[in-house]
Amino acid sequence: MTLDHVLGLYNYWIVIFLMMTGFYIVISSKNLIKAIIGLNIFQTSVFLLYITMGKVDGGTAPIIPPALADQQDVAHGDHTHGDHAHGEAAHAAADHLDHASDHVENHVGELTQHAQHLASDAHAASEAIIYSHPLPSVLMLTAIVVGIATTALALALIVRIREEYGTIEEDEILALDRRA
Amino acid sequence: MESQLPILLIVVPMLVAPLCVFLGKPKLAYLLALAAAWCTFAISVVLVGKAMESGPIHYELGNWAPPYGIEYVVDTLSGFVMLFVSGIGAVVLTYAPASVDAEIPRSKHILFYASYLLCLTGLLGICITGDLFNVFVFLEISSLSSYALISLGKSRRAPLAALQYLILGTIGATFILIGIGLVYQMTGTLNMADIASRLTTEGGPRTVLVAFAFITIGMCIKMAVVPVHHWLPNAYTYAPSVVTCFIAATATKVSVYAFIRVLFGIFNPHFAFERLPLDTELMILALVGIFAASTAAIFQDNVKRLLAYSSVAQIGYMLLGISIANETGLTAGIVHMFNHAIIKGGLFMVVGCFVLRLGSSKIDDWRGAGRTMPWTSFAWAIGGLGLIGVPVTAGFISKWLLLTAAFETGRWPVAVLMLLSSLLAVVYVWRVVETLYFSEPSEKALAATEAPLGMLVPTYAVIASTLVFGVWTTYSAGIASQAAAALLGAAP
Repeated sequence: MTLDHVLGLYNYWIVIFLMMTGFYIVISSKNLIKAIIGLNIFQTSVFLLYITMGKVDGGTAPIIPPALADQQDVAHGDHTHGDHAHGEAAHAAADHLDHASDHVENHVGELTQHAQHLASDAHAASEAIIYSHPLPSVLMLTAIVVGIATTALALALIVRIREEYGTIEEDEILALDRRA
Repeated sequence: MESQLPILLIVVPMLVAPLCVFLGKPKLAYLLALAAAWCTFAISVVLVGKAMESGPIHYELGNWAPPYGIEYVVDTLSGFVMLFVSGIGAVVLTYAPASVDAEIPRSKHILFYASYLLCLTGLLGICITGDLFNVFVFLEISSLSSYALISLGKSRRAPLAALQYLILGTIGATFILIGIGLVYQMTGTLNMADIASRLTTEGGPRTVLVAFAFITIGMCIKMAVVPVHHWLPNAYTYAPSVVTCFIAATATKVSVYAFIRVLFGIFNPHFAFERLPLDTELMILALVGIFAASTAAIFQDNVKRLLAYSSVAQIGYMLLGISIANETGLTAGIVHMFNHAIIKGGLFMVVGCFVLRLGSSKIDDWRGAGRTMPWTSFAWAIGGLGLIGVPVTAGFISKWLLLTAAFETGRWPVAVLMLLSSLLAVVYVWRVVETLYFSEPSEKALAATEAPLGMLVPTYAVIASTLVFGVWTTYSAGIASQAAAALLGAAP
């Protein structure tokens, strides 16, 4: 393993660092709220782990850019209508295709050619964009919800513990219980 | 309609839970929850019937074909677990009202029934889903609602017990999540069957080992295997009686189910038991657990805590069956999930009756209650025999299968240790029986009357079933052995 290799995995090092920090806080803290925050950090590290594994170098969010989507729409519309090679179909297609409409009126063959050209353009453009893997991020949305629910429930429980015992230090609570 | 049953199993309790809250009337909420619980049970009976008749049922959520979509699978094993979880869920809810009235403030009743249904949803979801990430989600649904249920206990220690369970449970669940993530990284899929076919366990990358370790440890925390069982005794002791009945009978068993699924359905026993020494480890943990927890149970002066330690010990028997890993052993492990669920569920229901009438689960307060509460005490005796594993009770069936498995594989020391451990069970069960029948009644016992019929009837239904399934095993050990054969047959 070279130094580059080790440094290249820096995201995973951060994951492990966060994970161990959180875990250590959970097991060492006698203060209940601190323990819950530690638990939260521990969970957060896992979010990062998942998101890291889905990340592709230079990749963007898997949303089709609006420009490309329009282009594809047009190309798609042209393609189907162009096949029929009828004036009527060409007319319908022309509605979508503002910049081409002037020429199209009587030159169906030209239109077909143009549509094919556009389609190949769109194809090339979609190839040029690299997307990150969306699934791990989606999974983490669920995990984040779970994490929030856990933290909220834990804090609510701590409120009740505080009402009963007047403290949130685990040692003091256990001492109170032993005396009772 | 009929083809939609697998999803209804989850949707019915899940949607009825918020409906209970919206209705706002405790009585109505209870009736609705009860109807939903029995409805779920009916659905699982139909599903299991169909699965036994014509092979596993596959249901594609939203018609998305797996592995892209989430898939629900009802096969023999998941159907069996589903059946007893929903059955116990329904019976315990039938038994609940009197005990809930006595132990939970009235303003919390609606929320109690809603959380109960959510917990049931989560547990059934773990059984039915064929998607690994879904297991995590359902695990958290059931765990979060059980933390809330436990914190409803009367004692001021209940919230702390729930919090301790929450911290350990979340660590366990997060470990499982890390493991799932690593498995996903290796295979690029979350569908269990798909993972099983893609995972290279033979000389594969170390990531698979790490993933397996994380999932195993996470599951062990959820199952309350001995070194990480610390959350269980407090949680069971301070939870309201009804909650203890339900959770003790189902939650840890469903975790055992999930563990079996991961071990045999995703990874394979060859990988776990031959390449890795997991069988020896599990066996040692199981035996240590059985002895340590049974011994601890003997010295408890709170009956709920006594039974909680005994639960930890019984998990040991299930693991023992799994670690033997031949067909008989696995059958024993699976059938003990069921047998222990009805025995422990029944015993905790008896405890609930006593707590209602005596106002305490301290063994001192139970002195001589056999005279004023003869039926409840008798139920304890029968259930206790099952726990020990006396012939003609369900407990005997599992122990017999375990012994057979131990002898089949030539592990006679294990067999001897098992028999010795049963003696420990005799001690702690007898201690309570002696208190009930052969000591001078305490003041509370003298003032007590027999538990109401609404609680006694469901209790006896469960206790009687421990006798029925001790003799007639077609639908317990029979299904379990089919499930074990399918699991071991599926593995290469």
